[in-house]
Amino acid sequence: MENNNKVNAINVKNVTKIYKTANAETRALKNANLTIFDNEFFTLLGPSGCGKTTLLRLIAGFEDITEGSINLFDEEIVNLPPNKRSVNTVFQQYALFPHLDVFENVAFGLRRLNKDKNFVDKRTFEVLELVQMQDYGKRKPNQLSGGQQQRVALARALAPSPKVLLLDEPLSALDLKLRQAMRYELKTLQRETGITFVFVTHDQEEALTMSDRIAVINEGEIQQIGEPEEIYESPNNKFVANFIGEANLLTGICERNGENGLCKLDAGQEVSMFIPNHINKGETVTIFIRPERIKIKKSDKEKSNCTISHFTYLGNAASILLNSNNKSINVNLPIEDVKNFKNGDFVEVVFPSNSAQVID
Amino acid sequence: MNIQGENKTQNRILSLLPLWIVIGIFMIGPLLVMAAVSLMESNVYGGVHFKFSLSGYRQILFDTNLFDEIQFNPAYMIIIARSFVLALAATFLSLLIGFPAAYYISRQSNRVKNILIFLVTIPFWTNLLIRTFAWIIILGKGGVIESSFNFFGLLDKESSLNLMYTNTAILIGLVYSYLPLMVLPIYASLEKMDVRLLEAATDLYSSRIELIRKIIFPLSMPGIIGGSILVFVPCLGAFIAPDLLGGGKKLLLGSLIQFQFSYARNWPFGAAMAMFLLALVIIILIFNAKLNRRHREYEAQR
Repeated sequence: MENNNKVNAINVKNVTKIYKTANAETRALKNANLTIFDNEFFTLLGPSGCGKTTLLRLIAGFEDITEGSINLFDEEIVNLPPNKRSVNTVFQQYALFPHLDVFENVAFGLRRLNKDKNFVDKRTFEVLELVQMQDYGKRKPNQLSGGQQQRVALARALAPSPKVLLLDEPLSALDLKLRQAMRYELKTLQRETGITFVFVTHDQEEALTMSDRIAVINEGEIQQIGEPEEIYESPNNKFVANFIGEANLLTGICERNGENGLCKLDAGQEVSMFIPNHINKGETVTIFIRPERIKIKKSDKEKSNCTISHFTYLGNAASILLNSNNKSINVNLPIEDVKNFKNGDFVEVVFPSNSAQVID
Repeated sequence: MNIQGENKTQNRILSLLPLWIVIGIFMIGPLLVMAAVSLMESNVYGGVHFKFSLSGYRQILFDTNLFDEIQFNPAYMIIIARSFVLALAATFLSLLIGFPAAYYISRQSNRVKNILIFLVTIPFWTNLLIRTFAWIIILGKGGVIESSFNFFGLLDKESSLNLMYTNTAILIGLVYSYLPLMVLPIYASLEKMDVRLLEAATDLYSSRIELIRKIIFPLSMPGIIGGSILVFVPCLGAFIAPDLLGGGKKLLLGSLIQFQFSYARNWPFGAAMAMFLLALVIIILIFNAKLNRRHREYEAQR
């Protein structure tokens, strides 16, 4: 996808956020830069405490920015209070108003905007219908299940038709089945409404399944921004590689660089792969390879280069931990490929060419 | 299971027994004695004549003139009305001062919060009588207020602001005495409030005033109602502030009852007035409970 004809919904420029307490300061965000396009499902992904929620709250206006600027459709919003920014938030624990019924919760934003009464009624019903909660208008939040509260929170934030919808780990309070179902609903909702979604999560699966683009954040710094496939297939660094999915990070020595490079692993195997030219022969490199890209075949004791130390049955696949010269390699293969493998078997491991890459 | 269940009930009854004994001896007992006394006659020596009579209650509305004719006497009704108005005013003022104070405290850090709540409760450590005497020094002739007015040249030496022995002085005394009872319940309900609700409301375009009107106020309603009752009820029967700061010039319900028991030695009348006050309070509580329920039903219906 090219970025030329895209409209910038949110522009985060050199944003730094420092929390000061009596005897310490915490840098929650360090010079963050990112652009979120209009109509995009954008995810901020990272472990807890990485600064992703801080960034979301800065966009919403709940926190004062220490440095930098944030533009919403080319309008500087850093100095505007939250009630003057046309973004709305879906909170982690929903934060529904307990004294108001579902209808009034959803109508709340529209009423504050002094919309005409008929319009408020119409729009509120429309949004409730969108999240399939139209029959629950008179219920109080505490009379709803978690999933229903989630829908109401979503409807409440969508009702005023914000330019950008901010979602702060909205699915984390739901159980697994519901969470999976809501992923598709959220994605569909985003497509149908055409509103830009900025979604915060620590769940990489959630991020991969829903997002158009993902920003991976760690320790207040943006590690990588890209489409899910890009982030999964070619992570920028070890953190991203490890955080998204499972990764083997193996060290070895560069035998030959370039397009037809060759790396000899400490574990003993040779891997043919692209090695950038700035790495010279004999230099130590770390390579990254996904467990499902590695193949194994049965072998006898003399020819084999590793043994199976743990065979874990996963139903449709098996996760196999190999021991090769006391280095472990993680392999993930469809179950039919590894039917008669068991712990202690001698195997030969094969790295298909260009399945691995050098990583910082 | 069943046996365990029975044991549980037994345990509960047993463990509540001390409480019931205390409440029985120190609350229900005296109340019954008062109810009994209110239905008797006073004798000429200031004691109680053990004979059923409604004279105590009759005296609230009627008295006997020189010709032994029973006639309507509004004096006590006026006292009751005055007490009512003063108690209402004191409650309203306490709310006006107490709500912002409670809100301010609830928004502080945990450490500051604890210190401030501690400060709110400090007045309870000293006897109310002594604290009310202190107000005489503050409000009285040549007192703290008048001398500071003098100091800034707002008042010449000879004249006085005449703060003492007025309804205003009583009101100040009442608000001062019972303000903590307003602050604490409101603080408790504000403290429980999720900050994210405020964020959500601001996110949904609420101005500051709308935030207070639409979220903070409705959510702290239980505290406001609780605090108002806790202030209103004792204000209605208060006699220390009215006596000391009002100078007993204008009698209030509490002073009247206290007077009947101490100086006038008309116990049955005093008891009847006390019962009347109790009935008034119970009516208010029932009314409040009804109001609460209707409020809840109304909310549920919408």
